[in-house]
Amino acid sequence: MSDTIKDATLEYAIRLGDDANVLGHRISEWVSHGPFLEEDIAYANVALDYIGRARMFYGYASELANDGRTEDDFAYMRDDRQYRNLLLMEMPKEDFAYSQVRQLFIDIYYGLLLPELVKSKDDTLAAIAAKAIKETRYHLRRSRDWVLRLGDGTEESHRRTQRAVDSLWGYTHEMFEMDDTERLLVDSGIGVDITKLRDDWHRQVGSILTEATLNVPEDSWTVRGGRIGYHTENLGHLLTEMQFVHRSYPGCQW
Amino acid sequence: MSSEQNISLQEQQFMHKIKAEEKIEPKDWMPEKYRKNLIRQISQHAHSEVIGMQPEGNFLTRAPSLRRKAILLSKIQDEAGHGLYLYSAAETLGITREEMIEALQSGQAKYASIFNYPALTWGDMGAIGWLVDGAAIVNQVSLQRTSYGPYSRGMIRICKEESFHQRQGYDIMLSLVNGTPAQKAMAQDSLNRFYWPALMMFGPHDSESAHSAKSMEWKIKRETNDDLRQKFIDQTASQIEFLGLEHPDKELKWNEERGHYDSGEIDWEEFHNVIAGNGHCNRQRLEHHIKAHEEGAWVREALAAYNAKKQANKAEAA
Repeated sequence: MSDTIKDATLEYAIRLGDDANVLGHRISEWVSHGPFLEEDIAYANVALDYIGRARMFYGYASELANDGRTEDDFAYMRDDRQYRNLLLMEMPKEDFAYSQVRQLFIDIYYGLLLPELVKSKDDTLAAIAAKAIKETRYHLRRSRDWVLRLGDGTEESHRRTQRAVDSLWGYTHEMFEMDDTERLLVDSGIGVDITKLRDDWHRQVGSILTEATLNVPEDSWTVRGGRIGYHTENLGHLLTEMQFVHRSYPGCQW
Repeated sequence: MSSEQNISLQEQQFMHKIKAEEKIEPKDWMPEKYRKNLIRQISQHAHSEVIGMQPEGNFLTRAPSLRRKAILLSKIQDEAGHGLYLYSAAETLGITREEMIEALQSGQAKYASIFNYPALTWGDMGAIGWLVDGAAIVNQVSLQRTSYGPYSRGMIRICKEESFHQRQGYDIMLSLVNGTPAQKAMAQDSLNRFYWPALMMFGPHDSESAHSAKSMEWKIKRETNDDLRQKFIDQTASQIEFLGLEHPDKELKWNEERGHYDSGEIDWEEFHNVIAGNGHCNRQRLEHHIKAHEEGAWVREALAAYNAKKQANKAEAA
């Protein structure tokens, strides 16, 4: 592996690790706050899948960096300007509709991305993707079912779900944008060309929203910046909580 | 108990089964008090699993490593699952989950008072797993032989997972005592705060226990509060020693003759005080549960409305 490709792959592993870590953290905030016990179990389960993914991506990043940094150094010792997750992942949990709509957007996204990543020439990334595909299939079944029920449930649930769709829509565009790093990896057969996933994503999301009697928003606003560390104010608070114990006792084993 | 000839044939058959160590199943005849006693105990056990998710949930977002966070998530997930089995076991006795939740939220039903103590440091995640789950297991192992079939089978399943919980708690403590002086101090502080409340989990002395005698006769309970507590004291002493921590009970002493440790007296005033509502978290735990339940009301309504619409559509199509 050339140094350029290696650096790009490291950056890619960190991006995917940050996505999983930040989203897993957000989902874990639901544990013991769900609308009923079965949902607490489901939330814990999905959070666990994402924390597991974060560990695999960071573990690979640590192998590629080969400078002594561990998975926990990536998670706990970087500030928000160094985090590379998509903005959608860091948005607060808000209400159940908001979290399920976010999850639907992400599940459909990974449902398209992972089968491509499985074909990566990078064996480690392909292996992580192969494991994650099975989890995402289950996640998508759940988020799809919930968006249908909430959209086509009561007046209140419809209103809350439409508001969630409208509030989150502007953060979905950056999911399909690539920079030079990712383009290099696409050319090398390692990364996924996410620009090609956009139409399928819109088709699938559109069809579920319509079935749920919800409107697909107009593309009138777009916020971007996660991949260059230009985040919303939410991430700083999330990291403050996540990193507090770890940073209060520097250099400890837990 | 009334004389033999006064009790009904049904009750004689019931007692015969109990004596023969046969399980009582949901459709079998049982005395009303046996049913009520079981509903009280099983629902209290279920509520404890569910309320017990809160002190650990409160540390999920601050877990100091990804590995610990994953393990803690998986533990809390198990606890929610245990809550579900237990609610289902109680439902076989003719009460609904909604009724049980209502009883919890109104304060009529109880949960283990240990969860009214605050979880303040990462060390508390270790102490809770090791001591609180550890005390729960001693009780639950004994309950695997309880006379009510669904409860007994639930306990067998739950015990398998609980022993993993206790090990993960002890493992957290091991990492702390082998770490820096600050980490070791954290472990000692957690042990000091959770040791005595863990002993209180076994309930009052046998002579003071309101429900014990009848529960023993019906084999709902298989061992007394004091016997179970003694087992826990004995097993914990060597674990504390292995960790190299100071034992919180200064009067603890091995008694060769009894083959058990003698220990100092529990502060029963504190026990009753916390049960009476004066613990750090009594109000917080219930309010948290009520808030989540109320905030989820619109979700449950949406689910019911959606299902009703689908049913109606199906009926129309047929």
